[in-house]
Parts: sequence; C-alpha cells; structure tokens
Amino acid sequence: MAKLSGLQRDVLSLYRQCLRAVREKPVDARPNFRAFARSEFEKNMSLSKKDFSAIEYILRRGHRQLEIYMDPGIKNISR
Amino acid sequence: MATTRALTRLAVRRTAVPAVWTRSFASVDTTPREPIAKAGDPSRPTVPESKTSTIKEPTPAKEAKTKTFHIYRWNPDEPSSKPRMQSYTLDLNKTGPMVLDALIRIKNEVDPTLTFRRSCREGICGSCAMNIDGVNTLACLCRIPTDTSKESRIYPLPHTYVVKDLVPDLTHFYKQYRSIKPYLQRNTPPPDGRENRQSIADRKKLDGLYECILCACCSTSCPSYWWNQEEYLGPAVLLQSYRWIADSRDEKKAERQDALNNSMSLYRCHTILNCSRTCPKGLNPALAIAEIKKGMSFT
Repeated sequence: MAKLSGLQRDVLSLYRQCLRAVREKPVDARPNFRAFARSEFEKNMSLSKKDFSAIEYILRRGHRQLEIYMDPGIKNISR
Repeated sequence: MATTRALTRLAVRRTAVPAVWTRSFASVDTTPREPIAKAGDPSRPTVPESKTSTIKEPTPAKEAKTKTFHIYRWNPDEPSSKPRMQSYTLDLNKTGPMVLDALIRIKNEVDPTLTFRRSCREGICGSCAMNIDGVNTLACLCRIPTDTSKESRIYPLPHTYVVKDLVPDLTHFYKQYRSIKPYLQRNTPPPDGRENRQSIADRKKLDGLYECILCACCSTSCPSYWWNQEEYLGPAVLLQSYRWIADSRDEKKAERQDALNNSMSLYRCHTILNCSRTCPKGLNPALAIAEIKKGMSFT
C-alpha cells in the first residue's frame, strides 16, 4: 500500500475511532451504527483528494458528530 | 514607547477610568483603531468581491444614501466551494443606524441565505460578535460608518472555524470557559445559614469583571491566542477566571491559581492589549490578567 499523507491518516484514524465507538453500543444495534458510520464516509467519497480545506472541514464535522453519537444515551440508529 | 503606553493602560484602575479610555458605543467611525485583520486577511483567503456579483437594493429611491457592504460568505453544504466576498448595497435612509440593522435588512429584503447570529440587539447577549472593518465588535453596538464613499467589510471573528457565513464555531472557547469552573466553590455553609453575604467594598472588586458577556471579541483579537488556542486560555476566559479569584465568597482561590500556574494557560499573555482595545463593552481584560499575575507572584 502506498504511503499515506497526514490528512489521509487523519481520515483513517477517525474511521477507526468510529468503529471502536460502535463496540460501546448494545450488540443488536451495532450493525446499524457501523453501517451509518460507513455511509457517512461514503457520502464524501467524491471529494477531490487535493481539496484540503473541504476535507479538513468534513473531518472536524465528523469528529463533532462522533462525539455526539458516543453519548451512551443513544442506543440505536436508523436511516 | 510601546511599553510605557502598555504600562499606563495597565495602571488605569477599573474604578476610576478617565474619559479618554471609555467608549459608550463601539463604533468604527468615531475612534479609528488599527484593524486587527487587514482587508483581504491572509488568514481568510477568499474570492475577492471584484469577482463576485453585487446584489442591489430592490428599488433604489432618489437621493438614496447608498452604502456598499462586502460580507464574507461560505456555505458548508458545498464544502469544496471557496469562501467569497459578497457585495450588498443598501440605502442608509431606510436602514437602522447599527450594522446589525443593516444585516437584518439584507436578510429580510435582499438575500435570505445570509447567516449570522443575533439575539438581543442591544449588546447584552454577545451573539453578534464579528469583525467589522477590521475591528472585532458586536454588530448591534457598531454604528454604520456614515461615509458612503467608503465600503464596509464584514468578516466572522478571526482565527475561528466558520460554521457558516458569519457564524464562528465557539465550541473550544466554551470548553475553555468550563475548564476554569465558573461557579462559586465553597466548603463551609454561610454563617447564618441563608445567603453568602459580601461587603460593599468586596462587591466593588467585581465591577468591570461581571459585565463580560463572553462574546469572544477579545480572545479572537489576541495574536497570542491565535497561535496557541489549544493551551492558552485567552483574555475572555482569564477575565472570568479573575472574576472568581477576586470574589470574596469563593474559598478555592488557591486551587484556581494553581490551575493557571503553568507556562501556557496564563503566561502566554504578553500584554499586547488588543483585548482591552477591542472590547465592545469597554472592559479591560488585560488589567484582569495582570492582576492574576500579580496575585500569583505574591503567594
């Protein structure tokens, strides 16, 4: 695999954090959370990888979203 | 020269402020101050207004006092689009006197997509803090410069992440505010079991501190805060911290001072005094920071 840029590593680390956060959720809801996290990333797949400012903005938004969904009060998610 | 000026500013007591230092309203025309961010701020690269369209007043009347506003626009729904400067022309005869009136009129009558925070329209909520003609101030306390030949430029607060158009993301600022524990901390109940009383002299120590509305104008005007946002608390939060250190009813003064006793939280203040210069409420955060430093050097 090619060497990743700092920004690409940041994106991957956010995705990992999301997958780890899924493990804190109830077992039967986990697939829903996993699918949701994946779809949030797939939504922005069309972005050019040179569009740094846009990627940085979406990363910040992603971190904020993750913080909200990590709340133990959120038990399940549906689309 | 600069140091002596800084010292005299610091020496000015909150209690007896000479008329020279007080400002009743924040306005850009009466007291010309050096802009914090120059036109075409390098920290905010935008598409210049010469390359975007100008949205005109719906029906320009005769003898109109037309003024042009260049306003920072950025839409998060199109994250790959670049921020741009949009121009609007308004007839000042039909607009209220303050910049916030102009913004509300633009939103109501010209362009409903323009986004900004506003609430009280009288400088008590601190929602409408923005960078107007290079000075951080509250749009509701800032008169529209009546000189129609000059164009006004309105940006969000400098060095903040932008949520949309003129709306800055203040999450980090509020987190820092939470970190100083802005509430009364006591272990002993009040002697008569009712209220925590305070002498008039002790209450007077809080004048010039409790008026702060946390609009973040001062923090975002501080170069030191620009470069060390993560660790330096910034003038607004330090002013609040001093408000609790100076409170005679609070019993955790030593803990509060201990929490600030490191190289970053407090000592990144280099008495640049942009905070006191820009405060739309006429407070003096730099003095409060100096008082914290003084209190800590004598313990």
